[in-house]
Amino acid sequence: MSSKNPVRRAPRFVAEVDEGGLGAVDAVRVSDRKSNLWLDAWRDLRSRWMFWISAVIILFIVFVAIFPGVFTSVPPNDNCILSVQTQAQAEEFGVPVGTRISNHGPLPGHPLGFTKQGCDVFSRIVHGTGTSLSVGIIVTVLVAIMGIVLGAFAGYFGGWLDSFLMRIGDIFFAIPYILAAVVIMSMFLHDRNIWIISLAIGFFAWPSTARILRSEVLRVKQLDFVTASEAIGLSKFRTMFTHVMPNSIAPVIIISTVGLAGAITAEATLSFLGVGLPNNIFMSWGNDISAAQTSLRTAPQTLIYPSIALSLTVLAFIMLGETVRDALDPKARATR
Amino acid sequence: MIWYIIRRLLQGIPVFFGSTFIIFSMVFAMPGNPVLRMFGDRTPSPEQIAALEAKFHLDQPFLSRYFLYLGDVLQGNLGTTYAGQSVNEILARTFPTTLRLALLAVVIQLGIGVLAGLIAGLRKGGVFDNASLVITLLIISMPVFVFAFVAQWLFGIQLGWARPTVGPGAPWSDLLLPAIVLAGLNLAYVLRLTRASVIETSQNDFVRMAYGKGLTRGRVIPVHILRNSMIPVTTNIAADFGILIVGATVTEGIFNVPGVGNELFKAINRHDTPEIVSIVTILVIVYVLVNIAIDLLYGVLDPRIRYVK
Repeated sequence: MSSKNPVRRAPRFVAEVDEGGLGAVDAVRVSDRKSNLWLDAWRDLRSRWMFWISAVIILFIVFVAIFPGVFTSVPPNDNCILSVQTQAQAEEFGVPVGTRISNHGPLPGHPLGFTKQGCDVFSRIVHGTGTSLSVGIIVTVLVAIMGIVLGAFAGYFGGWLDSFLMRIGDIFFAIPYILAAVVIMSMFLHDRNIWIISLAIGFFAWPSTARILRSEVLRVKQLDFVTASEAIGLSKFRTMFTHVMPNSIAPVIIISTVGLAGAITAEATLSFLGVGLPNNIFMSWGNDISAAQTSLRTAPQTLIYPSIALSLTVLAFIMLGETVRDALDPKARATR
Repeated sequence: MIWYIIRRLLQGIPVFFGSTFIIFSMVFAMPGNPVLRMFGDRTPSPEQIAALEAKFHLDQPFLSRYFLYLGDVLQGNLGTTYAGQSVNEILARTFPTTLRLALLAVVIQLGIGVLAGLIAGLRKGGVFDNASLVITLLIISMPVFVFAFVAQWLFGIQLGWARPTVGPGAPWSDLLLPAIVLAGLNLAYVLRLTRASVIETSQNDFVRMAYGKGLTRGRVIPVHILRNSMIPVTTNIAADFGILIVGATVTEGIFNVPGVGNELFKAINRHDTPEIVSIVTILVIVYVLVNIAIDLLYGVLDPRIRYVK
């Protein structure tokens, strides 16, 4: 402290601030890698073995669903015989005439044996993949669209619209969606198809997605860029669709991945209960498991293999959902 | 607290009317004659048609039909099945069994789930924690009927520890295996939720404070950590209950437990739509009431929630 200074300064008790260091922190490092929520999430995902395992399983399942013919040439439904009647059939199956094919174990060309109706278990599993996957995807897309639109409107516009939509959501939420689907499906006895069952499941599954998106929108709409967007004159709709929604979508992606697994389970459960897809037109794992339950003691293979296929598919999507959640939601990562 | 109870009960009213109305509409707002559609392939006798039309008041306009139907349900007049049995009698006969099964399942899922979740959360990253994460992942990915068949095949048929199907009168010992299956999925959720909640709570200052005061682990863990971790677990019981209802239908069907779920399972297989609708309506009403009850419990546990809004 200089003695020339007439003003007596108060003594400083804090260390000198290192201006150079702070300046470096504030500077925008242009050369650095670009980063945002999605890039960070992808970098996080890439480093997880669970992500790669589930991704490989899912890609394989999708491939099986699209090209079942690559894996089996045996038709899943036709040519089912209860027992070998003719010499031609005996040569085809490689067993003597009179052998019971129903619930028979593996034979050459039929690696997993036969169902009670004498159909090839492996072929039915392969052809059932498409059914499960389509229902899963349709339900997920349907639920995501309904949830996003209703949740975003409720959250962004607020007021009476919010109260109204959320009360409707409460009502739909109050009905366990499989029970609702049971009622809907039992009203459609003859014209059941993939679309009907997907609608029946999806129509009651959207409120949780809508609630999650709404709370995220409520958070995002407080942020500065939303105010800025409205300040430069964008309409409320434009702001909602271009700025609010893309920034609130992450939790929906998480819940949708797990929801896809839930939809596949729901389809199998409905088919198992007997209100699913008609057994003679659609291959469905739930149907096959349901049909096999009477043979649990005599031919467990008819029950075990479709169950494994179903559980593995669901497992893959749940694993994917968990890794995606950890990647997108740092808070969830903290409790791991 | 009294205002919280009143507000929550008032909120339940639109949900109650809305959900019953939706189920009613699903049956009666679809094109075609609902009575004929209920019979599917079969041709009903004129008496059956007349009985159903009278039951559902088909001569009245839509909205008054709904209120008449709801009035019937609330007065305990649930109609009859195709075979002419009274749905009331069926429910009176089967409900106690389902209640016992559900009670057993809830005890299992909360007892084991909370305890295992607490241990996993306290020893985060340990062997038990990792094992519980893998096991719950496997349980969550197994649809309840697959889980039921695995349990039935393994414990009922291969090992012979339990009866594969429930005997007459459904004694508690026979209900144990179905209850474990029914509890399985929720147990996995309860475990994971408790674990996450325990980890989060343990990081709080008041926990460090409690240890700093010199309290023992035996005091801090049950009183400070576990109690505060139970709040999200309690709220989730409501959602769990929905899984429980659907799970009971499947589990009771597989283990042949003489309960409500089994009746619904059989009704579905018989295409007995009037019975399906009656049972589903009752289950939804029970679900709504349980949700309200759990919300009230939530208010008791967490005083903050009473003053929100």
